[in-house]
Amino acid sequence: MTDAISPLGAVGRPVSIHTDDAAKARLKGRYRTETWFKWLGAAAVALAGLFLVLLLSTIVTQAIPALRQNYLTLPIDLSAAKVDPAKLGEVNYDAIAQEALTAKFPDVTSRQDKRLLRGLISTGTGVFLRKDIAADPGMLGGTVDYAVPLDDFADLYLKGLLADVGSDEAISTSVTPSETSGDIDLTFGDDAMLALARGHGATEGENGMLTLTSGASSLLVAFNGGTVKLTALSPAANGTVIAKGTVIEALDSTAPAASGQAFLRVIETPEASRKISDKVIVWLDTLKSAGLIESRFNSIFFFTGASREPELAGVWGAVVGSFLTMIVTLAIAFPIGVSAAIYLEEFAPKNRLTTMIEVNINNLAAVPSIVFGLLGLAVFLNFFGMPRSAPVVGGMVLALMTLPIIIIASRASLRAVPPSIREAALGIGASKVQTVFHHVLPLAMPGIMTGTILGMAHALGETAPLLMIGMVAFIVDIPGGFTDPATILPVQIFMWADFPEAGFQQKTSAAILILLLFLVIMNAIAVILRKRFERRW
Amino acid sequence: MKKFLLTASAAALALAASAGYAAARDQIQIVGSSTVFPFTTAVAEKLGQSGKIKTPVVESTGTGGGMKLFCQGVGENTADFTNASRAIKDSELKTCKANGVTPVEIKVGFDGIVLANSKAGTVVDLTKEQIFKALAKNVAVDGKVVPNPYKNWSDVDSSLPATKIEVLGPPPTSGTRDAFVELVMDAACQEEVKAANEKGCGEIREDGAFVEAGENDNLIVQKLEANPNAFGIFGFSFLDQNADKLQGHKVDGVEPTFENIASGDYGVSRSLYVYAKKEHVGVIPGMQEFIAEYTSEGAWGPDGYLADKGLIPLPDAERAKWAENAKALKGMGS
Repeated sequence: MTDAISPLGAVGRPVSIHTDDAAKARLKGRYRTETWFKWLGAAAVALAGLFLVLLLSTIVTQAIPALRQNYLTLPIDLSAAKVDPAKLGEVNYDAIAQEALTAKFPDVTSRQDKRLLRGLISTGTGVFLRKDIAADPGMLGGTVDYAVPLDDFADLYLKGLLADVGSDEAISTSVTPSETSGDIDLTFGDDAMLALARGHGATEGENGMLTLTSGASSLLVAFNGGTVKLTALSPAANGTVIAKGTVIEALDSTAPAASGQAFLRVIETPEASRKISDKVIVWLDTLKSAGLIESRFNSIFFFTGASREPELAGVWGAVVGSFLTMIVTLAIAFPIGVSAAIYLEEFAPKNRLTTMIEVNINNLAAVPSIVFGLLGLAVFLNFFGMPRSAPVVGGMVLALMTLPIIIIASRASLRAVPPSIREAALGIGASKVQTVFHHVLPLAMPGIMTGTILGMAHALGETAPLLMIGMVAFIVDIPGGFTDPATILPVQIFMWADFPEAGFQQKTSAAILILLLFLVIMNAIAVILRKRFERRW
Repeated sequence: MKKFLLTASAAALALAASAGYAAARDQIQIVGSSTVFPFTTAVAEKLGQSGKIKTPVVESTGTGGGMKLFCQGVGENTADFTNASRAIKDSELKTCKANGVTPVEIKVGFDGIVLANSKAGTVVDLTKEQIFKALAKNVAVDGKVVPNPYKNWSDVDSSLPATKIEVLGPPPTSGTRDAFVELVMDAACQEEVKAANEKGCGEIREDGAFVEAGENDNLIVQKLEANPNAFGIFGFSFLDQNADKLQGHKVDGVEPTFENIASGDYGVSRSLYVYAKKEHVGVIPGMQEFIAEYTSEGAWGPDGYLADKGLIPLPDAERAKWAENAKALKGMGS
């Protein structure tokens, strides 16, 4: 309709900076960047998840063996001849239990072997026995079958954590012993044993002789109701092999065992590099095959206090200590923290002083926790003369540490309550205090609770401030009150990680799991409170 | 809500107030060395199990920290015993005396310091001089004192393997480190280094060949397992308990075994002590029972339970002498 020619028309078709080739390339580039960013983000999340899974699975796999403990059932003689019912406190129960154990192995006679054998059962046996008899005097007067916990090394061996033991394999040739006990000669029908011994680290000697030292794997031959440990092998006439061996469990007879009647067991880990000897392994296997050893839920771990013996160590003392400490922390930090937050947020005038207090509270939240421990040492212990290692002092120190967290969280949730609520309350004639306590605080409470629980969870995992006030200590008795010496879960974990005994490694992981469980529960409560009660405006 | 807040704060105040008036202490308090900690705790637990007294509370504060708490004075809020991985220093004894504390010294046993590596690594036979040359901050080369130039063990001595010098050991705050410096570095110090700087002997190199691995010996054990070429320095009990993973090395031709340390043949061993506060005997219940338990043959003897925990017993005559001293409560400097 119009004669006016579009300026674009002169070049044929409309060209825009949004549609030309450069623009298309730019667009493509932008999409590419976005895709890249998404992938990077996803990869970061995946990596973090992977680390978490790795960490948790290591802890869980390490912790699982600690959840069970092996018990040995022994017929324990509690007749009047052994235990005088009038003098229960003076009885040596350990000796009675050890007697019952040595009676199972009449062959064991040497002093050293007897000592090894007695070491199979926990040194806490007597304590358990005394406690159980006190609870149930009906046990007295005869022989009772009583399950005693095994020592930590025996327990770890049975859990497969101390030595690599192969399964029993039938020997496909005849075996002839020269004697039934002591150091004996064994004659094997063929020379298959030579190659086997070579494969397990035997030392070559003269005339094809092979010596199995304590640096080589242990070869045990079980037949005729006994067990022999091979010490040396040499080839003999007619392709046979003569082996020297030490009898660990006496044989019934010197009759030759036919092919398939004798069994070979290989303990891959050399005797020199494990804490459990061949003898103990054979004894344990004998007891196990007799059905006397039973793996039970490890109630000791959950319901007793600390101990220097891994099989007797439990977390209950530390759990109670943590609980007492947390009660004190909550009782101090919550009321003071919330009151401070209400005053600062609702009543305090805005001037230089309150601004300074505010800045300092924020700074206090970032102070390293060990500083609070030093403060506790200087003020509570040295100045007020409070007891060392007591939950009340620990709770007060942790309360100081949690206070700023609670104040900041409470102020944030008070601030989130809209001014209209306050104005409406004031408008119908409520006083300032009524407004705050009847209307603002109830609405802010879920947020305050969430902040408090997170602050408490933080305090639950602290060890550094407690180091200074003596709560990093070995305490066996379960604390009964706020001034009794106590320790807490993270400290218990720290101490177990430091003990040399192998049995404490699993306990450490199991204790970590318990601590994590408490933290997860506390955080879950915080989430539920927020989801259920929090109001949004 | 208001009521809740009021009751809660009242409860908190009451709690804080009541804590000031703690009842008289009926439980022994022990502080001190982390090296003696595993043994003292075992004695404490045994005593508690026997039902004679309440189980003593044992803190691991380090030897120096323990001495400070122990010598603070006499009274319920001070420790009754302190563990030490070295003998009390003159200055510490002076502080103790000034505060009215009379320590009763009890030597309880030996601890060997071992140089070990993973079973996968090579076994070497070192002399103290070689260890000094490998680890000192300054060494003498051709009569001149220079910063340690050795990178590989073979640079120190051609008989040693050509692997990098990498030793994990305790930090300076540790009693194990003090003892190592005294028994190895000072003992094998080169004259030139000593002449150049009186304290030069005890200085350990900081160029990465010696890694301070923290007070936790278990951590060193794990790191050694992961790295067969690295060596670690720690107490004998950790070697004993980890015999399946680690091997100890001979020092001056002597292997670090229970027997060699007990007989005194192994050169890098130190004595462990427990100090009792004489003034608390008869005031805090169980003081004498604790001393008696520690110095009983069933505890510190060659077949006692402390030997199972890795404590190396004193020779018979010395045990008898120290037990006698402890029983008589022979105070130091009196």
